[in-house]
Amino acid sequence: MAGTAISGRLTGRLVWQRATLLAVTEETAGARSLAFEVPGWPGHLGGQHVDLRLTADDGYTAQRSYSMSAPAGGDLVTITVQRVDDGEVSPYLVDQLRIGDAVELRGPVGGWFVWRPTDPAPVLLVGGGSGVVPLMAMIRARRAAGSRVPFRLIYSVRTPADVLFARELRQPPIADGGLDTAWVYTREAPAGAAGLPHRITLSDLTAHGWPADLEPMCFVCGPTGFVEAVATALVDLGHPADRVKTERFGPSGS
Amino acid sequence: MTLSPGFRGRHRSQAAGLPPGQYLTTDFPVLSAGPTPRISRERWEFTIRTEHQVEHRWSWSQLQQLPVQTPTVDLHCVTKWSKLATSWRGVSLDDLFAGVDTAAEFAMVHSFGGYTTNLPVADLLDGKAWIVHTYEGADLHPEHGGPARLLVPHLYLWKSAKWVRGIELMVQNRPGFWEGVGYHDYGDPWREQRYQGD
Repeated sequence: MAGTAISGRLTGRLVWQRATLLAVTEETAGARSLAFEVPGWPGHLGGQHVDLRLTADDGYTAQRSYSMSAPAGGDLVTITVQRVDDGEVSPYLVDQLRIGDAVELRGPVGGWFVWRPTDPAPVLLVGGGSGVVPLMAMIRARRAAGSRVPFRLIYSVRTPADVLFARELRQPPIADGGLDTAWVYTREAPAGAAGLPHRITLSDLTAHGWPADLEPMCFVCGPTGFVEAVATALVDLGHPADRVKTERFGPSGS
Repeated sequence: MTLSPGFRGRHRSQAAGLPPGQYLTTDFPVLSAGPTPRISRERWEFTIRTEHQVEHRWSWSQLQQLPVQTPTVDLHCVTKWSKLATSWRGVSLDDLFAGVDTAAEFAMVHSFGGYTTNLPVADLLDGKAWIVHTYEGADLHPEHGGPARLLVPHLYLWKSAKWVRGIELMVQNRPGFWEGVGYHDYGDPWREQRYQGD
């Protein structure tokens, strides 16, 4: 079953599985992607998440949920973690966990905020900060499936240095043809960027999204205020509420 | 057991009184699957429909005629955060069910915006559930389910449907929104019933 994307409706019991850290990609100063090997992983869809459990040597455990940033690939499960300075789990994952160390994972979880390669509708992805993580899994799933479904990504981020997956998004592989990425910088734009730093607006969504009459599926992920603003704007632009899927993904409590 | 080398954990004392796998937050995170529905109090109404298709209906002002209760409860979200001692104002489901003739064992809660969640009728009664409209002394914000949400604090928070508009009483159980995509049918945080099969 390795690599088989599940249907989204989960059946059977999700058990904790030992996950060994296989590879690390430094994404920014405060975030890295962790690729774990999980023997017997059942597969997952772009947008799903996974529960992660750490166990201290006195038996104390802590659990958190993380979105996967890559589609299923054999026994490989990749998450991208942003450090929350006063967090309990994320500093350990970003600063301490080493290749060969093990954690436990349980999943995949969540069958709503997912993109299925069989869905022909155009896709609008709107990510704020680390909310781009599950959207990246959808982009990579599209690539892996050889899909030609048109994708548009609007990525709102504080500064150029905070961009996750920067090289892949700025210089996309040829297989990402049909993916258009637009950037909104909220604090500091790169030299030569058009426009001043600003929070995402209705006109960003009009300029870089899809018209509602194309009936795209919209995925919005980010901090609460961002998700509320974008989802409300999309509804105001005529997108039916049931075509706007949202997920909160913020630093709070991680 | 898989040990995580060097992991100490910081919130041991705080985790002591929490359900398994939960951590404490003082924030009030917002989780929703879609855009926030904006429902005016004038448009708001709440309906209980029995298995015999009998409808009981309350407008906003009729809801305000019912006895006010002020539960202070702990919230446990399936995404792992818990928030303690939250205070609410609202109406007990016992008062809403007082005139409802039903033998149904299951309820489907419906929200403005199309959200649904299912739970046993018994979990709505005997002082365990409320329709609340005030949070920490202020009108419940739309992001958190205003004008009114269900509050069933002994189950994971996804059962406490935001933007609640009605309860459908069912003889046969049926999964709601999250229950249909892999989450647990009942969702008891103390038994860590997060997902199907837990």
